[in-house]
Amino acid sequence: MSRGRTTPKAAAEPAAAELTYRDAVREAIRDAMRRDHRVFLMGEDVGRYGGCYAVSKGLLAEFGPERIRDTPLSESGFTGAGIGAAMAGMRPIVELMTVNFSLLALDQILNTAATVRHMSGNQFGAPLVIRMATGAGRQLAAQHSHSLEGWYAHIPGIKVLAPATLEDARGMLWTALQDPDPVLIFENVMLYNMTGQLAADAGAVEIGKAAVRRAGRDVTLITYGGSLWKTLDAATALAAENIDAEVIDLRSLRPLDDATIMASVSKTRRAVIVDEGWRSGSLSAEIGMRIVEQAFWELDAPIARVCSEEVPIPYPRHLENAAIPQVPKIVAAAKAVLGRA
Amino acid sequence: MSALSDKPHLSRAHMLDLLRHMIRIRRFEDKCAELYTQEKIRGFLHLYDGEEAVAVGIIPVLEKRDRIVATYREHGHALVRGVPMSTALAEMLGKQEGCSRGRGGSMHLFDRATNFYGGNAIVGGGLPLAVGLALADHMQGHDIVTACFFGEGAVAEGEFHESLNLAALWGLPVLFVCENNLYAMGTALALSESETDIQRKASCYQISSEAVDGMDVVAVEAAARRAIHKVRETGKPYFLECRTYRLRAHSMFDAQLYRDKGEVEAWRQRDPITRFRSWLETNHMIHADDLTRIEAEVASEIAEAVAFAEAGTWEPVEELTRFIHEDRGVR
Amino acid sequence: MVDFRMPSLGADMEAGTLVEWLVKPGDKVNRGDVVAIVETQKGAIEIEIFDAGEVEQILVDLNAKVPVGTPLARIRTEREPAAGPPKAAPAAAPPTAPVPPPSARPVPQPVLSVPAVSVPSAAGRRRASPAARRLAEQRGIDLASVAGSGTAGAILRADVERHPGQAAPPTVAKRAIGLDLDAMRTAIAAAMARSKREIPHYYLEHQVDVTGCEQWLARTNAARPPETRLLLGAVLIKAVALATRRFPAFNGFYRDGKFEQSPAVHVGVATAIRGGGLAAPAVHDTDRLALDDLMTRMRDLIQRMRAGRIRGSELSDPTITVSSLGERGVETLYGVIYPPQVAIVGIGKVVVRPWVIDGAIGPRSIATVTLAGDHRVSDGHAGALFLAEIGHLLQEPDKL
Repeated sequence: MSRGRTTPKAAAEPAAAELTYRDAVREAIRDAMRRDHRVFLMGEDVGRYGGCYAVSKGLLAEFGPERIRDTPLSESGFTGAGIGAAMAGMRPIVELMTVNFSLLALDQILNTAATVRHMSGNQFGAPLVIRMATGAGRQLAAQHSHSLEGWYAHIPGIKVLAPATLEDARGMLWTALQDPDPVLIFENVMLYNMTGQLAADAGAVEIGKAAVRRAGRDVTLITYGGSLWKTLDAATALAAENIDAEVIDLRSLRPLDDATIMASVSKTRRAVIVDEGWRSGSLSAEIGMRIVEQAFWELDAPIARVCSEEVPIPYPRHLENAAIPQVPKIVAAAKAVLGRA
Repeated sequence: MSALSDKPHLSRAHMLDLLRHMIRIRRFEDKCAELYTQEKIRGFLHLYDGEEAVAVGIIPVLEKRDRIVATYREHGHALVRGVPMSTALAEMLGKQEGCSRGRGGSMHLFDRATNFYGGNAIVGGGLPLAVGLALADHMQGHDIVTACFFGEGAVAEGEFHESLNLAALWGLPVLFVCENNLYAMGTALALSESETDIQRKASCYQISSEAVDGMDVVAVEAAARRAIHKVRETGKPYFLECRTYRLRAHSMFDAQLYRDKGEVEAWRQRDPITRFRSWLETNHMIHADDLTRIEAEVASEIAEAVAFAEAGTWEPVEELTRFIHEDRGVR
Repeated sequence: MVDFRMPSLGADMEAGTLVEWLVKPGDKVNRGDVVAIVETQKGAIEIEIFDAGEVEQILVDLNAKVPVGTPLARIRTEREPAAGPPKAAPAAAPPTAPVPPPSARPVPQPVLSVPAVSVPSAAGRRRASPAARRLAEQRGIDLASVAGSGTAGAILRADVERHPGQAAPPTVAKRAIGLDLDAMRTAIAAAMARSKREIPHYYLEHQVDVTGCEQWLARTNAARPPETRLLLGAVLIKAVALATRRFPAFNGFYRDGKFEQSPAVHVGVATAIRGGGLAAPAVHDTDRLALDDLMTRMRDLIQRMRAGRIRGSELSDPTITVSSLGERGVETLYGVIYPPQVAIVGIGKVVVRPWVIDGAIGPRSIATVTLAGDHRVSDGHAGALFLAEIGHLLQEPDKL
């Protein structure tokens, strides 16, 4: 299902094109590979198949099998290989088909990529990018629907990004590839088909700062990734009830942009965090705690959050919908912190 | 002694060199054991006694530009590669003068100058790393070999199979060296592998492979020369199974309940240093004062390393979060 | 001479038990020799010696469990080569790095001081958001005087913003009440609301025959000019004050979860102000005042009340309040306790009723005296006795 979404505040430039989030990611990869011969893409079905989500379609023909490198089903093996290749001078983009399968590579990500610089006393670093699809919503059931960005955001030594807009899908990759340390990029599966306008000269964007996607006065809604658009829809619904919500797109999950979050909460004095991870020990818990640590005296209401229910994500549509954050839940949470029924 | 076909140059100088390297490692490990019992080295300590012929036979054959990935039992590899004994020992004491700023300890010796990529504590964890290093060299057209050392315990891990498969599939210049010392910590090989002929497993991945007597430093060197030459020539991986034995326990805190003392003694008769020395003496290639000289030099070097390490300093606690990302002048 | 010590064999080894010696005094040992067997949680481990020499003395018995580092034997060492013997140095703990100053960001820690106003301060907890608290502190507003509009009455920032605030900064104990009836009403509202929220009231009623009082007053006042005449109100207040001496559970403050009995008795006299105001300033040491003096004080209070010249201490000092409607109003008055007090006595108008005296019915002046008590501090039984005592005291007005 495609939906026309324009990032709020992005004026459509004369040379803008209509394209999908998927197209934007592909453009990012293509652009990076053209500019830097050290960049190559490695993962399952990225070449001949064109990518599980069709992100790399056409790239094999353009760059050849050495640089668009199909791998066997060996997550640990090829992720570790990507790390090693990065340590020896390449700039690999490792594609783990989804965050669900990334667990097989968790040892390499955590015990090698994230540790090597600190553990070797700054002798070696691993400047690679690992991209993963994440999230629920396609009725793929319990083993294919995780949102584990929060887990990865727990690990020191890596950066974790969640592009939610076309600009970010297009622009974060290059910046991430320049980083001398590992960067993980999470692409929510529900966003790939999203269409929108993107300036023809759209390029690299900074990574590390959150963005205020909608300014407001009454309550701050903090979110990332696939939940951004639901949160914006919720803000629209709240506006009809005279509640002016400010929406923050985190963009970077590690590091978190505390300054932007606290500035907003200091202004609105109320916060609702929308996080597709399971509630317990989630990223929303971390953000809530930081707000308590840094903006306690500004708060005029307890902090609230909307997360996934504590169940493995089920298959039937109605149950899956009930399990993950939805617009009505976000609206209800915002009204509750404002003391409105 | 096995037939020394072609490559190793059996000069006196070279033989003395091999002997010296092995003795140097043995005495160093012994000193580490002593420091550990005094609580100056902490955490885990895994010693290489009995396996010296493997590292000493293979690593000097590599070029400076070649890369080495090893395990947590890597002191010997680091030393023979040229990581200074002083910084290796300082590392094990946790001092910031250590090769990894004291942050890694015994299991995480890293040295960029000698292309020594650790020091990895996850069994099997170094294999994908080695594959990646070789992948980079392959893609960049470098004439570089990556030597990956691991124990036979790693053969059970999925990463072993994934890595061999990738290396063979993509034709990567990796020398896989399996140091088969018959025990993965306390588990005997026969109790963990359905197929105990390890080099045969590698051949099933279409990788050239052979087994060699890991207690015979000259045999190991001969095999290494063949293997490394092949890797450089073809750009394809090679698998060398070195059959050896660990004369000490797995780590310091190990009662060795899993193996028979008689077995250990039998292998001690095949101690690579003793055997090599005897052979050299029998063939009049060394004299008594060579040994005295070697022991004295080694003892002196060790004493200096100990002094250096003990005089070393602790990394300031304020630096704890430094180098979690690359330092760009911003903490 | 060096010590051979119990070695550390593992990060989690703290002690070992020596189970076998493989050498005895007089034996020669070389570096690397196995000299003893130690039992550990992992099993028996052979331990080696790193010195060369002769065993001089065994120091530890078999089967003794000793901590790592304990000397086990003394070794007489041989002369070592110039490289220097590796001395079995005492296991030195790593020198502790100097503790650096914490480099973390300072966590904001604003001092939350309770404003030192002398209005009845918050004895129980009031729910207020952090933003509300901070604004209240900045403006010197006592949260007890703020009505909360949030969930379960929580005070929000907007509630504090709406609050008119106090005239003077909250550093001085005295506070002048101007005749700002709006502010007064707001404060009353807050206090009464809080009272009803926090104090579990119980109510008792007692009908007291005050005929004797009236007669005594008539006799006493007959010879006095109007400005010095005693009123029934003073008599009633004195009786209440005296009664609290016997029943101190009705005289004091409930604060911070406990009752503080007051050694002094300061009865708050509830006084209505034309225009809708109401206050209950204290007559200090009511129980010790002679009736005349009490009357004088009351007159003074009322006069100053109407002029808006009541001192803050007079408002915060009452240890019990008496509220009387005088001759207007109803027969029975149930009061609402002023926190942090724990009782309020209500006195309705005196009514002539048929009464039974000595078996016969006759007209008597009856006043209904009520008690509203804080059930956290007292119960009905005590309350009843207290009221009964007031009634008794009122039968002998000349002794008041």
